[in-house]
Amino acid sequence: MTDLAVSSRTTSATDATSAALSVRGLWKVFGPNADKLLGTPDLELSRQELQAKSGHVIGVRDVSFDVAPGEVFVVMGLSGSGKSTLVRLLTRLIEPTAGTVVLDGEDLTGMGEDQLREIRRRKVSMVFQHFGLLPHRKVIDNIAFGLEIRGEEKSGRRSRAQEMVDLVGLTGYELNYPDQLSGGMQQRVGLARALAGDPAVLMFDEPFSALDPLIRRDMQKEVIRLHHEVGKTMVFITHDLDEALKLGDRILIMRDGEIVQVGAPDEIIGAPADDYVRDFTAEVPKSHVLTLRWVMRPPGSADEGAGAPALPDTTVVREAARAVLAADGPVRVVDASGAVVGVVDDEDILRVVVVEQRAPAGAR
Amino acid sequence: MTTTLEPARPAPTKEAQPVAERATSRRTGRKLLAVLALWVLAWATLRGRQTLELANADTTGLHDWFNDVRDRVQLLGQDNWFFHGVLGTIASGLDTFVGVLQEHLSSVTPGDWLGWFGVLLLAAWVTYALAGLRSTLLVTVVLLFLGLAGLWTDGIDTLIVTIVAVVICMVVGLPLGIAMSRSRRTSAVVTPVLDAMQTMPSFAYLTPIALFFGIGPACAIVLTLVYALPPLVRITEHGLNSVAENTVEAGRSLGVTKGQLLRQVQLPMAKRTIVVGINQCTMAALSMATIAALVNGPGLGKPVIAALQTLNVGAAAVAGLGIVLIAIMLDRTTTAASERSSPAGQRVAAVGSPGIFGGRTLVLEKLPRWATEEGGRGTDRRFLTPSGRRLVLAVLLLPVLVGAYYSTRYLQLSQFPDLSGVPVLGELTAGPLGGHINDLTNAVVDAISGVTNGFKDLVTAVMLNPLQSLMSDLPWWVMALVLLAVAFLLGGWRPAVVTLVCEAVVLGTGLWYDAMVTLTMTLVATVIVMLVAVVLGVAMGRGRRADTVIRPFLDGFQTIPAFVYLVPALALFAATRFTAIMAAVAYAVPIATKLVADGVRGVSPATVEAARSTGITRWQMISKVQLPMAREALVLATNQGLLYVLSMVVIGGMVGGGSLGYLIVQGFVQGQLFGKGLAAGIAITALGIMLDRIARHAAARFGR
Amino acid sequence: MARATHRTALVAATAALALGLSACGGGNIEQPSASGSAGGGGKECGDLRIAVNPWTGYVSNAHVIGYVAQTKLGCKVTYPDVKEEVGWQGMASGSIDTIVENWGHADLTKKYVDEQKTVQDAGLTGNQGIIGWYVPPWMAEKYPDITDWKNLNKYASMFKTSESGGKGQLLDGDPSYVTNDEALVTNLKLDYKVVTGGSEAALITSFRQAEKNKTPLLAYFYDPQWFFSEMKLVKVNLPEYTDGCDADAKKVACDYPPYALNKLIATKFAESGSPAVDLIKKFQWTNDDQNAVSEMIANQNMSPDDAAKKWVEANPDKVAAWLS
Ligand SMILES: Nc1ncnc2c1ncn2[C@@H]1O[C@H](COP(=O)(O)OP(=O)(O)O)[C@@H](O)[C@H]1O
Ligand SMILES: [Mg+2]
Repeated sequence: MTDLAVSSRTTSATDATSAALSVRGLWKVFGPNADKLLGTPDLELSRQELQAKSGHVIGVRDVSFDVAPGEVFVVMGLSGSGKSTLVRLLTRLIEPTAGTVVLDGEDLTGMGEDQLREIRRRKVSMVFQHFGLLPHRKVIDNIAFGLEIRGEEKSGRRSRAQEMVDLVGLTGYELNYPDQLSGGMQQRVGLARALAGDPAVLMFDEPFSALDPLIRRDMQKEVIRLHHEVGKTMVFITHDLDEALKLGDRILIMRDGEIVQVGAPDEIIGAPADDYVRDFTAEVPKSHVLTLRWVMRPPGSADEGAGAPALPDTTVVREAARAVLAADGPVRVVDASGAVVGVVDDEDILRVVVVEQRAPAGAR
Repeated sequence: MTTTLEPARPAPTKEAQPVAERATSRRTGRKLLAVLALWVLAWATLRGRQTLELANADTTGLHDWFNDVRDRVQLLGQDNWFFHGVLGTIASGLDTFVGVLQEHLSSVTPGDWLGWFGVLLLAAWVTYALAGLRSTLLVTVVLLFLGLAGLWTDGIDTLIVTIVAVVICMVVGLPLGIAMSRSRRTSAVVTPVLDAMQTMPSFAYLTPIALFFGIGPACAIVLTLVYALPPLVRITEHGLNSVAENTVEAGRSLGVTKGQLLRQVQLPMAKRTIVVGINQCTMAALSMATIAALVNGPGLGKPVIAALQTLNVGAAAVAGLGIVLIAIMLDRTTTAASERSSPAGQRVAAVGSPGIFGGRTLVLEKLPRWATEEGGRGTDRRFLTPSGRRLVLAVLLLPVLVGAYYSTRYLQLSQFPDLSGVPVLGELTAGPLGGHINDLTNAVVDAISGVTNGFKDLVTAVMLNPLQSLMSDLPWWVMALVLLAVAFLLGGWRPAVVTLVCEAVVLGTGLWYDAMVTLTMTLVATVIVMLVAVVLGVAMGRGRRADTVIRPFLDGFQTIPAFVYLVPALALFAATRFTAIMAAVAYAVPIATKLVADGVRGVSPATVEAARSTGITRWQMISKVQLPMAREALVLATNQGLLYVLSMVVIGGMVGGGSLGYLIVQGFVQGQLFGKGLAAGIAITALGIMLDRIARHAAARFGR
Repeated sequence: MARATHRTALVAATAALALGLSACGGGNIEQPSASGSAGGGGKECGDLRIAVNPWTGYVSNAHVIGYVAQTKLGCKVTYPDVKEEVGWQGMASGSIDTIVENWGHADLTKKYVDEQKTVQDAGLTGNQGIIGWYVPPWMAEKYPDITDWKNLNKYASMFKTSESGGKGQLLDGDPSYVTNDEALVTNLKLDYKVVTGGSEAALITSFRQAEKNKTPLLAYFYDPQWFFSEMKLVKVNLPEYTDGCDADAKKVACDYPPYALNKLIATKFAESGSPAVDLIKKFQWTNDDQNAVSEMIANQNMSPDDAAKKWVEANPDKVAAWLS
């Protein structure tokens, strides 16, 4: 596997060595002669052109990023943009064409089957869109499956699985079979199974896409709660921006297998990298996402807004609105160290809120 | 031979009592153990008493009565309006019809209508018109092989008999299948008859049929009908019944009549399935080729039987290969033709539940891609538009007709030339090819017969003999109770009732002891079949390459007449019960393997991937995910394996299997034992239905 | 012949391509060889349907008679393949004219010849059917005294197999015959068990393997049989057959009687006046004659007709006697 030059698009939250997951120059080309294609000018072609020319499909193109321990990292993009491929590359369920993946300090790239299996057993777990449950096993046995696979004895894995059942709120359904449960409950089983092995990293591939909206919202809350309780690193795939914004500490936006932008939710909304992202985010209620940092302006004078209490720059616009509108003049915005970084006034706030109201119905 | 009398019970929903379910299955296990313990105890104390063993030459009143009936019918037959008038007319009509076809197509005596070249051209042209280029190539190669191997006349005769039989099957079977799908009562009445038609070994009724229809093509065709009709009827019924409920409902909501529903909705939607039925019917018809030769039926069975007389394995194998190739040819061509004739949207495999494939027929459920017309090209891209093809066909017609005409004029185009002297092709002519096969067989036999005989002795000593003693050396009523208890514990009261009836029938035939010996061998063979089928099936289900390599062998073993491999089997294992078991295994493994492979392949890829993400090993994947999820297919494979094994009992009787199989063979050749043979046939049918029902209900109960 | 030049290039090319024929059809097909006129001067022969039972000795009889009938009498001969029972049935119903080697079949004889009178005896074939117990040549050589039944018990343990349950195995069972073997074993107090082989192929294969691997084998067999020209099996002598010693099947303790094989002819055919009737009635030859033809068919892979032709041409005197 050739190690391609580290992409310029790399953004890192932490330096690579302490990251829970670190990805460099990852490529996946589907097709009969994918390996031979590397390093040829053909790779510069667009996805459509390449497919027309040689029948190869670029699933993932030169992707690099890092995920910090405990972070919820969301990968987002339209259907077909390569998200599923990317997440499978991270555990080598699909073999990368090029690039490296370092998970919890271990380089997966050159690993043999046995080592890799060990990683999958202990370090990462996945939750799938279509659950991937075993229909012939009861709920409790599905949850204990990973433990069974790694050879834990029956009593131990039963009690651990029971903990997980309780954790995801399935108490009482242990002895049912998956097909007797609703979709939401089935996905709870999927979640519990992933958590049972106590992995360092959890990966979700559009876990809630198949669920109806109310259940989906429940499940999202569930994930947030679990994240609070167990504090795992998570890589979360979705095509739903709303979900991404709700869950993600940081969001990676993909298009045609490439990274378009990586950043915190407010960065994505506040400074979309291009029209693709802007279109994407057009209907998002900005006041719910943007922080004051994105609407403030430099203080006109040193004492502007001194009369009102200062607000931290991480406050979401919607939450700051009342205070700002109630204040007589501009309000100061301070950063984590307390230094004044800007001011906002009624007009700054209203610009965000009013645009939103003019936006077509559908924004929430 | 697998449909139930009553529609299979849906598995009880687990929603109701998930916890109770567990307990049931555990309790059943304990009860079965208790039955086993009592059984062994009874064996230890009562062994050797009331076993109902009947000496070889002895007969019972029933057997003599059968003989009597036969004699009376035969006397009547001379001038009875039915036997002589009706059946006789049908027979001579069929004989004449086939005779005319033979004269024009297969016979190569000079002056006939068509020589081989004309037949070849016409066959290729028709295939191209109906099925496409690949099929045309296949047909050409197969026909050329037949000519080359000196099997031209016999091969074309086989085709004639098969096609005539299949056409008659369609005329009778399609309306019958439709009637069964529309009326529960018809279905309930006809199904057991179909069961009997398929499980009753043809040897048992061959003589009476020859009595009514004379010897020759008519008799061969009637024999073939008996065996080939059931799969067509069953699959037609199944296809119509399984048209989606909501489609039927939608039709009803528009106010269609029953007839409209059938014509406009059900028949078009079931078309694919019905085509599969016709296909199965064709394969079943072909599998009768050898047996038909025993009543002077024309075709490739003749050289097979002739070669067996002199134990010429090579010659038998060449003729057998002819049958295999014809089977593959008909199978692939009809499949391609039906695909071509249905609109693209309908091309989804409509095979549905393969549970209805019958007795000795070939299952073609999912063809490997290379074998279908579309194979090789990913999509439905054709070289020619339909109108372009029509033009090509029209243009080609002229040379075809000219060629056909010349084939009646020139010796070389009429009689297939003898090419045995020609360098490469010469090796494919019957003599050398048979010689090579003989050499190969001898080499293999010499190399491994020591090992195989040791293996035979081992299996016989540790498995076969104890089990046989346990099942047959008991007072008959103990074993009857054991079977009843097992049927009840595994399947509930319904199969228990069936078992009771079947036991009564077996008892009535006076052949209880032999039936138990046969049952023992059947069970042992089925166990071996499933062991092999799981290994091969898992390999095939998991890998394309394994599938491509293994599948042609399976097709071959499924269609090649067992007579071909009897002699090598005898050389490897001597004339023993184990040889009979191995012959049955060779025949039943293909179907079981294909079903297992399908099941494994059918496991949802999403589940497989999810399992993989947990760091599962290959072995864990097979044992914990793929096999359990393919449980339904495993059950079906076991059921079919069992019935296929049972259908080889007669063949087994010829290689040392003794018991019922031998009695049937004996009844066929010795007039005074006809009745006993027929009784043995009935006993086999009873065993088959009993095992089928127990397996089926047990599957509905425990197969999740 | 003139038409040969009319061949279109296309046909020739296709044919040559398809098969690599060097020369494609030298000439026209000759018209059917209408050698219809009978040689005997009597009535026209017409159709002759000789049943063919599935063993090679029988095939030899059938094709030698058929060949003579065809070439000398101008009959149109067909050979329907049937098992014995079906052949009798066919004669009764009129679809078969003759069976040319019949092994006893007292029950069928009673039914069709004596009661229905649809079948008639057509005289002996001259062949002697000998049924008995045989061992492969190597055994007779190594254990010369084994050919006396009294010594069988001495060797019983040698014949043990997986099927014989601790006793010696006596391999039986071509299904065509009811044997007395079980009664013989009991009545002669032999420490043997009768095991069902199931077919002639089973018996022959067993002998071949036994001879090749020098393994012991005792089996039921019969002569004439082409296999004797491949391997000289040695008969074990049972207590000599005397008239009536096999009257009670349960108490038999003597050897099988020699069978005088005969021919059968359908009554309808016998009354048709066909010259072939005479031929069939007069046909007679020896075991050696039959085995010679059978050997050509079985071991030299000759077609039955070729073998018959060869024998007929080599034995004009015998053939002439049948036609006189
Ligand atoms: N096994 C494969 N072979 C060929 N192309 C594939 C394969 N898997 C995915 N692709 C292609 O890669 C692209 C990305 O697919 P995927 O990762 O599933 O997208 P997403 O999950 O974002 O919807 C798609 O164009 C898809 O067609
Ligand atoms: Mg996806």
